[in-house]
Amino acid sequence: MNLPVKPAIEVRSLDLNYDDFVVMRNLNFTVNKGETFVIMGGSGCGKSTLLKVLIGLKEPEKGEILYNGEDFWAADYIRQQEIMKRFGVLYQSGALWSSLTLGENVALPLQLYSSLSVGQINDLVELKLALVGLGGYADFYPAELSGGMRKRAGLARAIALDPEIIFFDEPSAGLDPISARMLDDLIIQLREDLGATIIVVTHELASIFTVGENSIFLDAQSKTVIASGRPKDLLANSKDPKVIQFLTRGEKQGVGE
Amino acid sequence: MPLEKILFNYSASNNTLSIEICGLWNIFSKIPQVFEVNSQLLSYPGIKKIVFDGLRISDWDSSLISFLYRLIKECKAKEIEVEYSNLPEGVEKLVVLSLKIKEGEKKPKAIPEPFLARVAEGFLNLKRGVLILFNFLGEIACSMRSLFTGKGYFRWGEFLLLLQRCGANALGLVSLISLLVGIILAFVGAMQLRLFGAQIYIADIVGIAMVRVMGAVMTGIIMSGRTGASFAAELGIMQANEEIDALKTLGINPVEFLVIPRLLALIVMMPLLTLYANLMGIFGGFIISVSMLNLNPVEYLMHTQSAVKISNLWVGLLHSVVFGVIIAISGCLKGVNCERSSAGVGEATTSAVVTSITVIVIATAIITFIFQVLGV
Repeated sequence: MNLPVKPAIEVRSLDLNYDDFVVMRNLNFTVNKGETFVIMGGSGCGKSTLLKVLIGLKEPEKGEILYNGEDFWAADYIRQQEIMKRFGVLYQSGALWSSLTLGENVALPLQLYSSLSVGQINDLVELKLALVGLGGYADFYPAELSGGMRKRAGLARAIALDPEIIFFDEPSAGLDPISARMLDDLIIQLREDLGATIIVVTHELASIFTVGENSIFLDAQSKTVIASGRPKDLLANSKDPKVIQFLTRGEKQGVGE
Repeated sequence: MPLEKILFNYSASNNTLSIEICGLWNIFSKIPQVFEVNSQLLSYPGIKKIVFDGLRISDWDSSLISFLYRLIKECKAKEIEVEYSNLPEGVEKLVVLSLKIKEGEKKPKAIPEPFLARVAEGFLNLKRGVLILFNFLGEIACSMRSLFTGKGYFRWGEFLLLLQRCGANALGLVSLISLLVGIILAFVGAMQLRLFGAQIYIADIVGIAMVRVMGAVMTGIIMSGRTGASFAAELGIMQANEEIDALKTLGINPVEFLVIPRLLALIVMMPLLTLYANLMGIFGGFIISVSMLNLNPVEYLMHTQSAVKISNLWVGLLHSVVFGVIIAISGCLKGVNCERSSAGVGEATTSAVVTSITVIVIATAIITFIFQVLGV
């Protein structure tokens, strides 16, 4: 008998605004534990705003976000900080601290929050860097690395505290096809090795089809989710012209057009 | 019920020690040190092999990997064979990976250079800095020539905005500092002049000091910290974001586009701000003299008028124009030569402020000496 899969994140009736400007309304979706979930949509549809709300950087106008059944935005500040320790975030630029070496970048969250000794932290820093293919680069500064390596180093920092959920903001943007593919493979490998739940915000089709097990499609016009499911299934079965157009890079205009 | 406490169970047979690892391994809670297990090894002399059993591990994360990595490394150093295939699948994979890492190449450590090499490097850097400065001054001169011959590109909208940023927006700070400088000068003067019953000469001291040099110097220092730093940070971020490269690729001279408007804005606004600072300083002296030293207000103003010659005013205004040029050049030079990182922008900003204040003080000394020699 298969045990029911527990949800890692449940989003209920979520409205996102910038002052009076409505970005998204009535968002409802569930991300299951251990799955790779893609949030996709065209430029300016509100993907990054949704990510900011999911990682606790921006308060939603209305609605609930439950992590393991606990409402994040209803919790007090200290509890929110506790929940946020379970997140790892890879920002679009890598967002490494330029005055610190890669080793120091990865070590900082471990020094702040773990109970490990200095030696154990150093061992873990090397391990995390090795996991993203940067073993031996601990003494390098971010400025000495290529864009793809910086992103991977940002990922090593994001997984420093063994997060339950790892968020990726446009992971393959600005990378060459080989580096982008390498990062996609890394996302799959991390999910397998660490058992983490992965949320990827992207509009890169190659990444969507490579990593996506489940997804939602955000539409800027209707300001809500217009399709959800496995990206490959959406490509095969969706009747929505916007979804078809997006997933085929505009080559097919979709039903009714 | 899963075991939460971390425990080790040992059993030995035929030179092989089995270590059963139990409990919940969490990075946020305390984990045992390797020496605790190591001390147990001493109780089993002659052990040639260690077998790990991880069936009773309730949950694990990187803390277990870190622990095992250390332990296995120490066992290998003692030539004890280690078998970790009975650990959970993910653990085994990560342990194998972590044991491989240390064999990878490391960045070579920087070897400190000998003293003479460092001195030579310092001179070369100085030479490079001087060349960059002269190159920059040359570009400014060429851009100015283009501008005044009508061939240059000048954005009046930006220039007016810069005039507002450099002038009107700085009035509050200039008012406060100049007023306080006037008050301080009046207080210090009063203490000495009271000895001779010559308090009225406070008007002369405050008036001449403010108009001839202090108004300009204080305005220069305020503008270095305020506007010079802002120019360096703004252009530094433009450099880091490749905005300056974008100008060059479009065939637009960055000096003409970015530096000249800033330089002209400061050349125009510095004398005006200095005039304003002079008035505020004299007003500060006036407040103290009238309210605390009981001097006649009309007499104070008459004394100020007779003491401050027009030549003092020209000297002060000349100072202010020179300072304006110094602040604009330091800020813009450091900004456009900034390293492409956040630390680089910080360094450029600090360097711009330090350089402009230092050069302002040196320039003041030189101008004062020249006017002394000329008898102005």
